Amino acid sequence: MTSRGIRIDAPPTGLLFHVHGLTKVYRMGEVEVRALSGVDLDVTPGEFIVLLGASGSGKSTLLNILGGLDTATSGEVRWRDLDLAHADEATLTRYRRHSVGFVFQFYNLVSSLTARENVELVTDLCENPMPAAQALQWVGLAERQDHFPAQLSGGEQQRVAIARAVAKRPDLLLCDEPTGALDYQTGKLVLEVLARINQELGTTVIVITHNAAIAGMADRVLRMVDGRIGAQTRNAHRLRPEELSW
Amino acid sequence: MKALDRKLVRDLRAIWAQALTIALVIACGTGGFIGSFATYESLMDARDTYYRDARFADLFAYVKRAPESVGDELRALPGVAVVQTRLVWDVQLDVPGVVQPVMGRFIGVAPREFERGLNGLQLRAGRLPAAGERDTVVINESFARARGLGPGSMLTAVLNGRLQTFTVTGVALSPEFIFATREGAMPDDQWFGVVWTDRERLAASLSMQGAFNAVSVRLLPGASESAVLAEMDRRLARYGSRGAFSREWQISHRIITQELGQWQVMGSVLPSFFLAVSVFVLNIVMSRLVTTQRDQVAALKAMGYSTAQVRLHYLELAAVIVALGLVLGIGVGWWMGTAVTGLYAGFFHFPSYRFALPPDVVALAWAITIAAGMAGTWYAVHATVSLSPAQAMRPAAPPEFRATLMERLGLGRVLGVVPKMIARSFERRPLRATVTVLGVAGSVAVLISGIWWRDAMDYLVDISFFAAQPADVQIGFVEPQAPRVVHDIRHLPGVMQAEGTRALPVKAVAGHRSVRTALQGVGPQPLLRRFLDAQGRPIPMPPNGVVMSQRLAQRLRLGTGDVVTLELLEGEPRQVELTLVGTVDDLMGQAAYVDLDELHRIAGDGPRVSGAFVTIDPRQRDEFMRATKRLPGVAFVWAKQATLQSFRDTSQRNLLFFTSILTAFAATIAVGVVYNSARIALAERAWELATLRVLGLSKREVSSILLGELAIELVVALPIGYVLGYLLAALLVAFTHPDTFRIPLIIWPRTYAYAGLTMLGAGLASAWLVHRRMDRLDMVAVLKTRE
Repeated sequence: MTSRGIRIDAPPTGLLFHVHGLTKVYRMGEVEVRALSGVDLDVTPGEFIVLLGASGSGKSTLLNILGGLDTATSGEVRWRDLDLAHADEATLTRYRRHSVGFVFQFYNLVSSLTARENVELVTDLCENPMPAAQALQWVGLAERQDHFPAQLSGGEQQRVAIARAVAKRPDLLLCDEPTGALDYQTGKLVLEVLARINQELGTTVIVITHNAAIAGMADRVLRMVDGRIGAQTRNAHRLRPEELSW
Repeated sequence: MKALDRKLVRDLRAIWAQALTIALVIACGTGGFIGSFATYESLMDARDTYYRDARFADLFAYVKRAPESVGDELRALPGVAVVQTRLVWDVQLDVPGVVQPVMGRFIGVAPREFERGLNGLQLRAGRLPAAGERDTVVINESFARARGLGPGSMLTAVLNGRLQTFTVTGVALSPEFIFATREGAMPDDQWFGVVWTDRERLAASLSMQGAFNAVSVRLLPGASESAVLAEMDRRLARYGSRGAFSREWQISHRIITQELGQWQVMGSVLPSFFLAVSVFVLNIVMSRLVTTQRDQVAALKAMGYSTAQVRLHYLELAAVIVALGLVLGIGVGWWMGTAVTGLYAGFFHFPSYRFALPPDVVALAWAITIAAGMAGTWYAVHATVSLSPAQAMRPAAPPEFRATLMERLGLGRVLGVVPKMIARSFERRPLRATVTVLGVAGSVAVLISGIWWRDAMDYLVDISFFAAQPADVQIGFVEPQAPRVVHDIRHLPGVMQAEGTRALPVKAVAGHRSVRTALQGVGPQPLLRRFLDAQGRPIPMPPNGVVMSQRLAQRLRLGTGDVVTLELLEGEPRQVELTLVGTVDDLMGQAAYVDLDELHRIAGDGPRVSGAFVTIDPRQRDEFMRATKRLPGVAFVWAKQATLQSFRDTSQRNLLFFTSILTAFAATIAVGVVYNSARIALAERAWELATLRVLGLSKREVSSILLGELAIELVVALPIGYVLGYLLAALLVAFTHPDTFRIPLIIWPRTYAYAGLTMLGAGLASAWLVHRRMDRLDMVAVLKTRE
């Protein structure tokens, strides 16, 4: 399968991401901030990864680079056979448009568009998307599709955001604190949707969170410390979201 | 420096481009206002100072020939301070190297009175003729300059049938000829020269010894003008007076006053509008700027700053911008005033111009701007700074959107997602869009109201010089002559058609109102001079009664069927009463028209002609012109082509100047409105737009959302601006009452197109500036922060 401008047939290794020696240095005035220092990571298609770490540990920076929002200072980042570390602006835009779905902590819905239209904002851009209505049905909001964000609860808004992210049938779903702004019950509901997408659509999911309890539902848990992946654990048995508690 | 002051400095640095564009808009507003009023006051001051210094007369009268003793009678009248009798004689001048005859006005004054008498001359070059010196003259400076004449030049004229040559000894200015023209509103420097000479020598040439044919009177302070005028009329009537008249009817004074009056209207209506638009822009920008700083307002208040302190902080921000605008405005006003005054110096010949910025004008402009700017900012920031810290800290309630009317009508399906966003944004915040639209429409209106004069003038020239007057040349006689003279003219070389005409100088009186004008005779089928209405249709002339220019009838408060008294100002003093049978909405002049036979009857001196209209073969133009110099009794030869050329040269230069100023002003205002509107929209929606970038929309696609709104606002603003511009032009026409012509409210498509394209240019420039800022959208930040 090809998507506009980007070849996404898997390289011989079968890896989705191959990250090696990834370093990111920000210059803030006269101070150099080393956000990432030599991250090595391989991601296989269909994995559910939870990225844990304290503030400033570099997890957001890693997510930004994997999501094509930022570029690396040095090191190698390959998305299948695409070199993200050295991609130009237009290539990164195409990459985000066709291959990555984002779920934000604060939903980031366009307030002047209804739930369905927020999804259409993305489906209008890509080839072979899921119909917007179907995507909303997926997240259990078929009935609310003509409501504007101001008319939806936080959990509903986050599910619209997830529907918007999955409607393009991305290979990768990146979630930054998806339950951060939600209460316990609503948070669980959102996690269920993420788990279902991973299992039924085979979408690779990477979730950033402060909430260590979420780690139980992942295939793999990465803990970031000082810009490096400090520890990796593989769950022999993934918990269902309803089994989690915090 | 306190922390809050430091914030002020940094905020200003962060919004420098916006602050500068607003300051420039204010500079245009106040600069235009200051420049216009200062120009008016400087010119009025120059005129009044000159009148006083040169002892410009208050009253004037022309007679056929009156003995000098009558002058003494006038001197004895109560209220009269000074009387100057003199000889004034219009002739054709032969200027070396110029084929067409030039109109010359000889003025004979006693040499001792050249400088010290009434209407005193100011010598600019050479010397004045000495008493008794033969054939020496002084000429007016504008004519000298236009014809390259000066001390030592020679002029030839036919005086009383005798060809005489004069030597120019000096060049001078006169308060009577600040605007030098024989008649009409067009400067005639090339074709009209004033020649002062020793009265005794001139009297000898004209056989006018011991007599005068013109008199100027200066009144004592507090004297009754009308009483002296009536007394002058009584005493001069039997000497062939055409009626004494006050300064108000003196042609140079009349044109200066009219022009300055027009400038005063232009200079108060347009700059006031500028000022209003600039204050308006300041207000919208300040209000939106403060709204985008809502979180900072909250933080300041949470830290313990009072509402008053926070408000003061934003008022200071506005004050810095206003102050910058006001300082720049002084510069703009000074530059504009100097340039306009210089432009007027080209056809108003004052001895000196002193352009000054009157402090009261500056103070007024400043007071208006500061008051409006501060009040507007106060109002704009009030809502935000009054919020409790907790309220302000919370993000503003999610904006509520709903389906637009269009969608509720079922048209939603044809709209894409981006157009829907744009449509809903308009419907949700109609006031905001309206404000931007009005700002742009205002600048379109400024532009149109400033440059439509070009259309009006072109139309005026088309109608008056071509449709109404197919004749190439108009000849005027010193005295009315027998119609045989037209036959003689037909035999001059190159003449294709010639037609006699008659006009009687009259004073039209209705009740206590009176106007000096000409009663024109209209033949059954006038070939070479047509009487047309404003639409260019020939006017049918009824056999009885009088037809008047609409403006003349209005001034006399006359309606169709009313009776008007006409006092003849030529020949025997007589009055006739005629019924007004119709009015014509003509463009130039303020004349009354009667059937030609009726005019002969009124004049009572048999069929006579006072002038002729002639069409000539252009190939024999020079031969014809040379021949007219030998025609006896000719006062002037007026060639359409030459007048038109000099009119076009002058008006082109002036129009180009005003168009450039106004275009710069309007474009500044438009950029101020559009750029600030877009910049603030970008600030307000940065979060949403960055989200869209994260979702994979390209920079261009995201720009199209923001700039799409602007484009629509611009497109909506144009027709509104066109209508506003038309109304503003109509307002200017309503306020200006030139009596030599009527300004037709004609705006051609080229003016609308020019205004539209200028706005489009300003819009594109603003869009480009904003588009560049799209690079700075922080995609990473939106993942972490809440709107």
